[in-house]
Amino acid sequence: MDWTALTVSLKLAAATLLVLIPAGLFLARALAWHRFRGRAWLEAALTLPLVLPPTVLGYYLLTGMGAGSPLGAWFQGIFGAPLAFSFTALVLASVIFNLPFALIPMQRAFEAIPREVLEAAQSCGMSRARTLWRIELPLAWPGIISAVVMCAAHTIGEFGVVLMVGGSIPGETRTIAIAIYDRVQAFDLQAAGVMSAALLFLSLAALAFTSRVGGTRLTRP
Amino acid sequence: MLEVRLHQQSPIPLEVAFTCPPGETLALVGPSGSGKTTVLKTIAGLYRRATGLLRVGGRTWLDSERGIALPARARAVGMVFQSYALFPHLSVLENVLEAACGDSGEARLRQALDKIASVHLSGLEQRRPQELSGGQQQRVALARALAREPAVLLLDEPFSAVDQVTRERLYEELAGMRRQLSIPVVLVTHSISEAQMLADRLVVLHHGRTLQEGSPREVLRQPASIEVAKLLGQKNIFRGVIERHDHDAALTTLRWGEVALRAPLAAGHALGAEVSWMIPAGLVVMQRPDRSPPRETENPVTGRIEDLTELGEATLVTLSFANCPDRLGFPVSTHAAQRYGLAKGATLGVSLLSEGLHLFSA
Repeated sequence: MDWTALTVSLKLAAATLLVLIPAGLFLARALAWHRFRGRAWLEAALTLPLVLPPTVLGYYLLTGMGAGSPLGAWFQGIFGAPLAFSFTALVLASVIFNLPFALIPMQRAFEAIPREVLEAAQSCGMSRARTLWRIELPLAWPGIISAVVMCAAHTIGEFGVVLMVGGSIPGETRTIAIAIYDRVQAFDLQAAGVMSAALLFLSLAALAFTSRVGGTRLTRP
Repeated sequence: MLEVRLHQQSPIPLEVAFTCPPGETLALVGPSGSGKTTVLKTIAGLYRRATGLLRVGGRTWLDSERGIALPARARAVGMVFQSYALFPHLSVLENVLEAACGDSGEARLRQALDKIASVHLSGLEQRRPQELSGGQQQRVALARALAREPAVLLLDEPFSAVDQVTRERLYEELAGMRRQLSIPVVLVTHSISEAQMLADRLVVLHHGRTLQEGSPREVLRQPASIEVAKLLGQKNIFRGVIERHDHDAALTTLRWGEVALRAPLAAGHALGAEVSWMIPAGLVVMQRPDRSPPRETENPVTGRIEDLTELGEATLVTLSFANCPDRLGFPVSTHAAQRYGLAKGATLGVSLLSEGLHLFSA
């Protein structure tokens, strides 16, 4: 068992959730309740990571974060280190490829709150913050939990995008999924087997938990 | 006093104006899509597209000309939604507490418990909405609406989701409660009988326009137009010719087919003019075969029973007449229909009570 790789994976999952869940909540509410121009395109773009091959997504992310790209150059200028193949690049990529896994369950959960319930909150004189805290979040809770679990499990298991953007730097960008690949390449099938079993169990438990809490099921083509 | 003047061009046209003093219940009636709920939600601030003026108890909630439009949460409204819109994850007490006002937590708690007691739900404070019957949920919605000490109470079809027995009990309770309320109450309903029972005044809406405003009796007996009469479910609308005005007796004589009917004086109509007139079904009275014939002012008319429809305790009778294509419909009690042996094809005498005859302005 490569504990360092597992730690990198868990750190990556935590960082991803920290960024993605608050941003996802804001986006999911906007998509659930507001009609605006270009909404269909925005929704399609946010769902794109579900259908794109990970290598394609990884390619665009890598070129977008390379030293020659505006983002890469800006990052290098500020932090004095390249963005590509860093843990930060991994977090950025992870946030992007997890967008649909966070957004879809949360958006559905917000959409399921009856409009009249939200109107009643206004008529009760509840402030926006109180309505969010007392009404919206508790009612959307199963969807939010679904999003958290799905994103965490998906981050820990993602391979293609992570390899493209992060490479396999031990302690920095080598996640458990990549460690399994490395072990197989080195014919260490026992270590690969232990880690694969751990990931299998983790994914199964996450799906079962999600199904129980939220009833939302996601499938990746 | 609630003062409402609203306009809107699209998506549905709206041209509505009415006032409602404190302690009065005003019913907005009209068919589906007439704009009733839009008006109510505009008052509550939940619908923001309509422009105009909205004043409640001296405070301006909306004045489009001066750019004033208070958000819904800043308007002191108590609103009972059609679906009740209770917060499903909160208990009865928590639902009411969210709306309760008071300086301290203790004052709010006292206020919430008071309102729950006033709708006879003491003991159920910890229940969730899904553990309550439809009628109980409606009472929670009412308690929550009143907990805010609102300046106006808005009821959006509040009885549409409960069964008939519960509805009748709730009518009585609301009728009792509104006597104690010293705020304007606006009720939206498509049921005329509900409006008649609960409201002091009716505003008839159609396609977003106010067609008539008045007491239930006035609107039902003297609809401003045939359109209003039909919207209110009046079926006995016919054509007749003005024959005579008797100013001394305050009567106008109207020729309807072969009979002359006496109606309250309507001197605005020229002699010989053809006019539309109506009589509410409730003011057509069956003549009992065992009684002497009615006086002339009671407009005796004899016809043939064309149809009898039993609707529980009431039976709907349709009469047809020789040399006249019109059909007159009216209810009698099923008990009376059976006692007097009413049957299709039989001849029946009725009185069209003179006070109920209404001649429409041209």
